[in-house]
Amino acid sequence: MVALDLLWNAVIAGILLGGFYAAVSLGISIAFGLLDVVNIAHPVFVVLGSYAAYVTNTAFGLDPIVAGVLFTPVFYLIGVVVYRVYYVSFEKKGQESLRGLVFFFGLLFIIEVGLTLKYGVDYRLVEARYIGENLRVGPVSVALRLLVPFLVAVLLTLGIHLYFSKTFLGRAIKAVSQDSLALRLMGADPVKIKDVAFGIAIATASLAGALLIMIGPVEPSMNRAYIGRVFAIAVLGGMGSIGGTLVAGLILGVVESLTSTFYGPSWSVAVSFGVLLLALAVRPAGLFGR
Amino acid sequence: MGNRTFALVVVAVVGVGFLTTRLGVNQYYYFAGYVILQYIVLATAWNILGGYTGYVNFGTAGFFALGAYTSVVLIKSAGAPLVVLLIAAGFVTGLLGLGIGYLTLRLRGVFFSIATLALAVVLETVAINSEYVGGARGITISRPARSLLFGSYVEFLFAVMLLLALLAIAVAWWIETSWIGRGLAAIRDNEEAAECMGVPTLRLKLVATTVSGSLMGIAGAPFPYYVTFVDPLSTFDLNYAVNSLAMPMVGGTTTWIGPVIGAVLLATAQQVATVTISSELNLLIVGVVLVGFVILAPEGLLGLVRRVRGR
Repeated sequence: MVALDLLWNAVIAGILLGGFYAAVSLGISIAFGLLDVVNIAHPVFVVLGSYAAYVTNTAFGLDPIVAGVLFTPVFYLIGVVVYRVYYVSFEKKGQESLRGLVFFFGLLFIIEVGLTLKYGVDYRLVEARYIGENLRVGPVSVALRLLVPFLVAVLLTLGIHLYFSKTFLGRAIKAVSQDSLALRLMGADPVKIKDVAFGIAIATASLAGALLIMIGPVEPSMNRAYIGRVFAIAVLGGMGSIGGTLVAGLILGVVESLTSTFYGPSWSVAVSFGVLLLALAVRPAGLFGR
Repeated sequence: MGNRTFALVVVAVVGVGFLTTRLGVNQYYYFAGYVILQYIVLATAWNILGGYTGYVNFGTAGFFALGAYTSVVLIKSAGAPLVVLLIAAGFVTGLLGLGIGYLTLRLRGVFFSIATLALAVVLETVAINSEYVGGARGITISRPARSLLFGSYVEFLFAVMLLLALLAIAVAWWIETSWIGRGLAAIRDNEEAAECMGVPTLRLKLVATTVSGSLMGIAGAPFPYYVTFVDPLSTFDLNYAVNSLAMPMVGGTTTWIGPVIGAVLLATAQQVATVTISSELNLLIVGVVLVGFVILAPEGLLGLVRRVRGR
């Protein structure tokens, strides 16, 4: 049964890929789902994370995941600064929806072109001992370059989930998304809490970027294909639900993997955007929406 | 500006444009001028939906490329003349625009924008997978050797694009000054309130999306003849989306002249920068100008002028 083997391999690869997609989408689920900040530049921050891992990997031979973790404070700070600019220029004036969107679109473009200027359009990749190894279980073979990112992604998702449900600040972030006026009346400053939340959202891009460059080579314009994926996952996952993000990521990963196996890889991008269009048109509240 | 002055300006511009093709200037200027005029069409088209109605379209590249690929199909299958290409491209992308218009029934604000971006990527994937139009490798289109009245075909294309730019501006101007423009402005300011006041919001939005999409497609129709090589990567370039939105933002989004000012300034600057510095750096400039304007001068240059005069 060759076809069945193919099917199993496709499903497993899809699950592994889907976990990684969830890690890429976490930042959108937080920024877009919880804070209502339409950061379409998030995928380009992920690519920026990939280049951070690439530079440290080629210069010092640093493991990409270690690099991804090390860079999270830097990305956190970038996130706080970006949110501050966004808040002062748009949110405060009540112009966040359209002009804010254009702002992030411009930011996306600047970072992408900046990366192209510095590193060119060549594909870049990282080296680590486990990349290229395979794990064989019965008829199914699993590439470690997919398995390791999957495990890290699930850990990251779990970590964010615990942070939001167990810690004081995490709950405050959820409160900001539900009723920021009430929060203000309780004496808390919603802007400061949003600072932290947006910082965390961008910080996840550092690690997700490291995972991205482990899975395959990266070039600057790659972020565009992920715009559809991350928004499809955030919308499908129910806008701001961390668990929903993981489930939606897995679904999209499997669907894409099956498409790519049976119809060819060039169609897989269209699948995510198709899912997004469908989700937006039929059920904007997502699978796990409120 | 009254109807008659507007018509006079149009005639004058056409006359001057035609005369320049008689002077025998360097061919490069026609290539550069074509791009600037093309951006006037795209920016004006974007502004009819984005500026007047308040729906931000990120899918300009998708409409533009659909127009270009419609031409490719017609050139390859029937060897159709340019007039037919323009009409067909306008029709096909107008239909797509109509579809996008129905999307606004369910998707407002940012969701609409994301959907248009998604649409462009889906169209690109279809183009990549269509072998008939060259697939991912692209397709070569041979340009007719020369055209009646014009020294070279590029000069002819330049003149055609000049007419298209004037057409786009005329359409924008007409929409702006008619009751349609006032209805669209009402939608931009508050869609629910407009609907309650009896403004036929859906019909008006359909007009805006159809006209806007159609003009973008028409701008793309002569593109295969201009570049003579069409591939998905360059026709679906994100630059079209960024530029067509940056130009009205820079000029000012509420009147027809805003996108024209923005397009002339930004496109000329880019042409100069491409020649003198590098093509990557000029894109960076567009991004920085866009972000700078949206933060510091949200009303664009026209808004700045108004603010200075008001004081």
